[in-house]
Amino acid sequence: MRSIAAINDFVVRFANVNGTGSASANNMFAKAVFRMGIPFSAKNIFPSNIQGLPTWYEVRISEKGYLGRRDGIDLMVSVNPQSLPQDVKSVSPGGYFVYDSTKILYQELVRDDITYIGVPMMEICMREYSDPRQRQLFKNMIYVGALSQLLNMDFEVFKGIIADEFKKREKLIAPNIHAMELGRNYIAEHYDYPLPLRMETRDLVGDSIIMDGNSACGLGAVYGGATVAAWYPITPSTSLVQAFEKYANRLRIDPESGKKKFAVVQAEDELAAIGMAIGANWNGARAFTATSGPGISLMNEFLGLAYFAEIPLVLTDVQRTGPSTGMPTRTQQSDILLSAYASHGDTKHILLFPANPKECFEIQALSFDLAERLQTPIIVMIDLDLGMNEHMSPPLQWDDSRQYDRGKVYNAEDLDRIGMFGRYLDSDGDGIPYRTIPGTHPTKGSFFTRGTSRDEYARYTEEGAAYVRNMERLVKKWNTAKEVVPQPEFYQDGNQSKDGVIFFGTSTDSALEALDLLKEDGVNLDAMRLLSFPFSQKVADFIQNHERIFVIEQNRDAQMRSLLINELETNPAKLIRVLNYDGMPITAAYIRGQILNLYKI
Amino acid sequence: MTYVKPAFRHPALSQNDLGFTKKDYEGALSTLCGGCGHDSISGAITEACFEMSIAPHRLAKLSGIGCSSKTPTYFLGNSHGFNSVHGRMPSVATGASLANRDLIYLGVSGDGDSASIGMGQFVHAIRRHLNVVYIVMNNGCYGLTKGQDSATADIGSISKNGMNHFQAIDLAAMALELGATFVARSFSGDKTQLVPLIKAAISHHGFALIDVISPCVTFNNNTGSTKAYDYVREHITTAEVVDYVPPSEEITMGYAEGSSAELTLHDGSHLSLHKLAPDFDPRDKLSVVQRIYEARAKKEILTGLLYIEPGTPDLHDLVGTISTPLNQLGTADLCPGNDVLSEINRGLR
Repeated sequence: MRSIAAINDFVVRFANVNGTGSASANNMFAKAVFRMGIPFSAKNIFPSNIQGLPTWYEVRISEKGYLGRRDGIDLMVSVNPQSLPQDVKSVSPGGYFVYDSTKILYQELVRDDITYIGVPMMEICMREYSDPRQRQLFKNMIYVGALSQLLNMDFEVFKGIIADEFKKREKLIAPNIHAMELGRNYIAEHYDYPLPLRMETRDLVGDSIIMDGNSACGLGAVYGGATVAAWYPITPSTSLVQAFEKYANRLRIDPESGKKKFAVVQAEDELAAIGMAIGANWNGARAFTATSGPGISLMNEFLGLAYFAEIPLVLTDVQRTGPSTGMPTRTQQSDILLSAYASHGDTKHILLFPANPKECFEIQALSFDLAERLQTPIIVMIDLDLGMNEHMSPPLQWDDSRQYDRGKVYNAEDLDRIGMFGRYLDSDGDGIPYRTIPGTHPTKGSFFTRGTSRDEYARYTEEGAAYVRNMERLVKKWNTAKEVVPQPEFYQDGNQSKDGVIFFGTSTDSALEALDLLKEDGVNLDAMRLLSFPFSQKVADFIQNHERIFVIEQNRDAQMRSLLINELETNPAKLIRVLNYDGMPITAAYIRGQILNLYKI
Repeated sequence: MTYVKPAFRHPALSQNDLGFTKKDYEGALSTLCGGCGHDSISGAITEACFEMSIAPHRLAKLSGIGCSSKTPTYFLGNSHGFNSVHGRMPSVATGASLANRDLIYLGVSGDGDSASIGMGQFVHAIRRHLNVVYIVMNNGCYGLTKGQDSATADIGSISKNGMNHFQAIDLAAMALELGATFVARSFSGDKTQLVPLIKAAISHHGFALIDVISPCVTFNNNTGSTKAYDYVREHITTAEVVDYVPPSEEITMGYAEGSSAELTLHDGSHLSLHKLAPDFDPRDKLSVVQRIYEARAKKEILTGLLYIEPGTPDLHDLVGTISTPLNQLGTADLCPGNDVLSEINRGLR
């Protein structure tokens, strides 16, 4: 048998039972990789359940800095008897299987092409600890200890992480280090270590941070000036508003009164959540909500109102697998068409597609400026993978000279100056009218906001010509938006190849890795990453200037491709689908395979 | 269509403390049916706001969808208004209130809007203690879609479409159960009762519901309807008479000992309550509930201020927001800056 040998380039998967405290131990492992200076990416594969079902945590260690998911498990840490047969099967030939050897492994689970490393975790715990809770929690630290020894990880790094983790509960530092030592010592006494699969300290992460996208969005909302957050709990968006509240409680308390410079309201449903956000924005506060696909479905009517009545709104959609309840804890990019055209009648909404936590922070903050500038809903589109998994990301930055762009708002002096106020007049020729905030002026600037048709002075009308004028102005505003929203990113100087790829959001890391792989295969492709809908001229040009374009996305129906065809009147034959929608983040190998197949044809 | 009224003002029109005439509190010409109860309620709102000298821009009016929800166009033309979506006014009002706690929020809804499609929002706005005046123009039917029964139609009531067989929802009784701190019922045809109730509701800090029976002259004003003008007039009974005394005025009215109670509201105004039923006290929820059930059994419509609990915290107090309206905070108040961000970055490595 040939065992896999690799330095700083492999995948470790942990098989746990959810609700057993394994998550923090696994996070510690990932953080140790990071602190050893080696790029990593981590994926939580968890059930829609609180306790007792199998859950997996996967860490890819990549010296080359490839952060997408990679198929193939080089080392499995098995601490869940429930999923044991499946876990044994999923290890790559030549891989390693670390398991709790307190009980003997059934013969049918013994493969001859992988290396088994038994550590009697439960037995050690029973011997060391009398408290059942401790036995459970320290078992996690024992396998992390064993792993650190097997993989040649720096124990001092772990000690530092434990010290940071338990800064406020110092009593727990020594016992956690001790539990790790139990695992390390067992390996030292019973096995040759380190394995051919191992890590070596590097200096490759620079000033990167580790953050999940939901936290980054929540913090972005704080920096973007959001004062009202209304929401309804739904996986995988729940932790976004919770992060906003956590950071706001830290950063937005008035020192004099101890009161909050923000309000978070848990609504009775998604309809109320978006209604509150709209009401607050109408009244001049920066307000947002966050949800997932089922919530977007419920919010459709209100989205149409905000579009037509031209009320700023920020909504973050942390997409999960649909349709209906789908797989609530699996990832997808499948709300694109729903969000782009949400609500009845002719509606279109601005979508933004961040790809990492830094962009989540920046785009969430920017979305409040865009919403007020364009007086329309801005939907930030992330997904479970980006939102709930921790990612290595460039550090967050803020330009302290930046002032919020509150858009076109008349104050009392403006109203005294301008004569008759027309809420829906296109005074500047960009399709964006001026608005007023309630409470501005005793006798000027008031108007009636409605979802029904109105004229330029916000007066109700059913006159066809006035309705059409308004709808045409909304198109003009839409065209203004095209060049105001974040522009696409290109990965080459000019166009160098006859074919190209388009991708966005969480497909980015795997797509870029696939491009490297394809280059080795002799296939060179130009690449464009979408950051926004509507599509700007740059997007149209990229498509125009390439013969064939692979559109990489994570849904069944090639929704972004449909949007490109629909909005840019692209020849559908030009845009080739590369789709992954099984609920797991897309991989580079999969993208490469799909594209190579298409080249063979 | 929205019809604009002539701007001419008679020079002799009386002015309020702010120098506004009653005309300044009117809106566009109503397009509701002639004789619609809702127009009388609009009139009562206009009168209450004029008499209270409310600066028009310090009040925002919000509504859902339906005949009732069209009315905000027809009063307070100098105030911002928001005609939102069906049954969802409470959430929009909640957001508006969160953005600026200093304005007065007047929510206008109907029985379809609040008791059916928007029941959930109605219920939750109450339990959140939203500081809003919530007027339900209650005609027991869907006017804009031509007279279908609504959920407040009484069992056995006959509309133009036939008899209703289903249990009526009593929004006032429900509001009591949900913790509303001001619950009143009135009749659109009784301005002397309605105007002081609206004033008291505006002065109240917290959720103030006024369920106003407002007959639909076109679809539900026939014999056999329990929301018809004639029926309501014959079956109305009043819990008590409310006098509203503005903050600046002394209470001078004298009533017989034991028959009246004085209440001070949030803004310093006073209410004089003159009980008409001996065992009824609008500050005692138990006696209120009993009186409502008794009236219902006797097929009476109990009107007046049914319940009041002054001095309770509202949503802002419960959430703990600062006294400055959130919509007045700028970049310097809200953005923690790059130094803080660098520190956050350090904690994420």
